Amino acid sequence: MNKELHIVVCVKIVPKPEDVTLKEDNTLDRANAESVINPPDKNAVETAVSLKERYGGKVTAISMGPPFFDDFMRLIMAMGVDDAILLSDRAFAGADTYPTTLTLAAGIKKLGDVDLVICGEESSDGGTGNVPPGIAEWLGWTQATYCHEIDYDEIQSRFVVKRSVSTGYEVISIPKPAVVSVELGVNSPRFPNFYLKQEYDQSYKVTIWDAKALNLDPETVGLKGSHTTVDSLKSSKGKERKKQFIVGSPKEIAEKLATIILENM
Amino acid sequence: MSKTKKPTNTTDWKGIWVILEHAKGKVSGVSWEILGKARELGDRYGIRVSAVLLGTNLDEVAKEAIYRGADEVYVAEHEALMHYSWEAHTKVVTDLVEKYRPNILLLAATHNGRDLAGRLAVRLNTGLTADVVELDIEPEGELLVGSVPGFGGSILAVIKCEHSRPQMATIRPGVLIAQELDTSRTGEIHKIASDIPPNLITTQVLQEIPVESVDISKAKRIVAAGRGVGTNLELVEELAELLDAAIGVTRPLADIGLKSRDHQIGSTGVTVRPKLAIIVGVSGAAHFVSGIQDAETIISINIDEEALIFDHSDYCVVADLNDVLPELIEALKARLYSTAK
Ligand SMILES: Cc1cc2nc3c(=O)[nH]c(=O)nc-3n(C[C@H](O)[C@H](O)[C@H](O)COP(=O)(O)OP(=O)(O)OC[C@H]3O[C@@H](n4cnc5c(N)ncnc54)[C@H](O)[C@@H]3O)c2cc1C
Ligand SMILES: Nc1ncnc2c1ncn2[C@@H]1O[C@H](COP(=O)(O)O)[C@@H](O)[C@H]1O
Repeated sequence: MNKELHIVVCVKIVPKPEDVTLKEDNTLDRANAESVINPPDKNAVETAVSLKERYGGKVTAISMGPPFFDDFMRLIMAMGVDDAILLSDRAFAGADTYPTTLTLAAGIKKLGDVDLVICGEESSDGGTGNVPPGIAEWLGWTQATYCHEIDYDEIQSRFVVKRSVSTGYEVISIPKPAVVSVELGVNSPRFPNFYLKQEYDQSYKVTIWDAKALNLDPETVGLKGSHTTVDSLKSSKGKERKKQFIVGSPKEIAEKLATIILENM
Repeated sequence: MSKTKKPTNTTDWKGIWVILEHAKGKVSGVSWEILGKARELGDRYGIRVSAVLLGTNLDEVAKEAIYRGADEVYVAEHEALMHYSWEAHTKVVTDLVEKYRPNILLLAATHNGRDLAGRLAVRLNTGLTADVVELDIEPEGELLVGSVPGFGGSILAVIKCEHSRPQMATIRPGVLIAQELDTSRTGEIHKIASDIPPNLITTQVLQEIPVESVDISKAKRIVAAGRGVGTNLELVEELAELLDAAIGVTRPLADIGLKSRDHQIGSTGVTVRPKLAIIVGVSGAAHFVSGIQDAETIISINIDEEALIFDHSDYCVVADLNDVLPELIEALKARLYSTAK
């Protein structure tokens, strides 16, 4: 009865937040931004791979983004993931949460036979963790967000998860199939195996699915399928700061700081 | 499965709704903050403000919602709503929204608020402006304008949802101001019968583990520690106690449990606005800075003169915190105790 788990992990590739700035005309300058795997998504990969190691099965990574993400997909595979799918189409660009979740859910559906989808808690470039519940709604599956621990109850065919909430934690049991998100920092993501990475670079071709492959009407995805629009961008620098450096021996610094502190209490 | 975007007749949709988040009748501060802002906008544009409460035994809370700004309260009481589950909450709110058609639907950007909002937005086939830090309505009184932080918080995007209703938004805790309790306010309380089929909820709650919570968002003074302190908060605690300051930490310190999550400052933690912040051993990543950039005065100590935190500081000290903090504690003790005499 207990068939092995097919786990999908959703991974986003994001620019490093500190590398993105606003230009004079209030448009984004991301020319110097390094792309990285969204940090909590590494925790999601670690969770997926360790579940596979415990209960058997396979892990497929899925990402929506431009074709150059394929190199990151092979990097993720070198962390112990078995397959990688990139959802890529010009029509997907400019998507807010709504079409993003539609597209990811379509990819997961196409895979068929999935037991568990694991996401990160949020995208570090501006997401807010709404993608996981959105995917779950499109699929009609249950959800559990902000998870710390995920266990599989093979007898009941349910997942037992500990999630963090405002009042502390709760441990809940949810049926299969399910969509969960894991918090940043809940585990130590393993390093990619660089020999494997090299091997995949030579021999593995990341599957790419476009709107057509997913049977999605281009009018419903990307910018066109979005309900929200970005009206403008502005910088949020907070207050102007004095940036005054206090120098001297630790004792001298301490005396100067004590004065400043007592003046600004 | 592709529902197409619905071109809603937006004029049918009226009012601002605030879903109040609570734990067994104790409403979270952020919900009162959102209601306070809704009241302000309601007064400015002549818009009706409604609060929504889901749970059990909510009579007192419903009254408090009126005292804190609501014109009316929709109260859905049902055993199945006692504990938060996405199944029951999504169902009940969807039914209410389809029946009463609010123009604006606001929720707290807490874990459960986001859990619900993300699901609702897809079910309601509408737009969600998530994690708002500045909220307004366009002068015509219809269109919600929400500013949301991107890239860790250094950049704000101004978001609108022009063609779909309700216009949904989640609001970050600590960025808006609650109204004072005014017991002379009056309003209507509507009890709603909720239709929750017995087999709707498939989630089973096995255990609740409460964690003592503190609120550092209103602290006047904060000592914030980052990974530079290692795993020992002794010096930080001593300094904080001396100054009667709250302790804040960066995310990595909360992740390893050195302090509970409610001490964490930043985009996935608390937004604080102290008069004085002393920040030690913190690199100054955008996700952290966005939670503390409104402090009046910032002093930072970091061993690395290139640390980003110095760009956000009034007084910068390039030094080992282990050298400076003991001296600082001594210097403060000497002055505080001498003035106490
Ligand atoms: C989606 C997402 C959300 C996030 N949300 C948050 C959030 O809400 N809050 C948050 O804080 N972070 C958040 N982060 C993490 C954030 O990006 C940074 O990784 C984090 O803030 C760094 O913490 P830190 O400054 O303590 O550690 P580090 O970056 O490691 O910095 C430690 C600093 O200590 C200094 N130091 C070391 N030794 C000494 C010494 N002896 N004396 C003085 N200085 C010393 C070092 O020079 C260094 O600058 C988030 C990340 C992501 C991806
Ligand atoms: N474009 C994407 N491709 C793959 N996964 C994504 C994408 N966007 C969001 N996710 C997943 O959803 C999680 C939450 O994202 P968000 O709701 O954008 O904050 C991320 O940590 C990812 O696991």
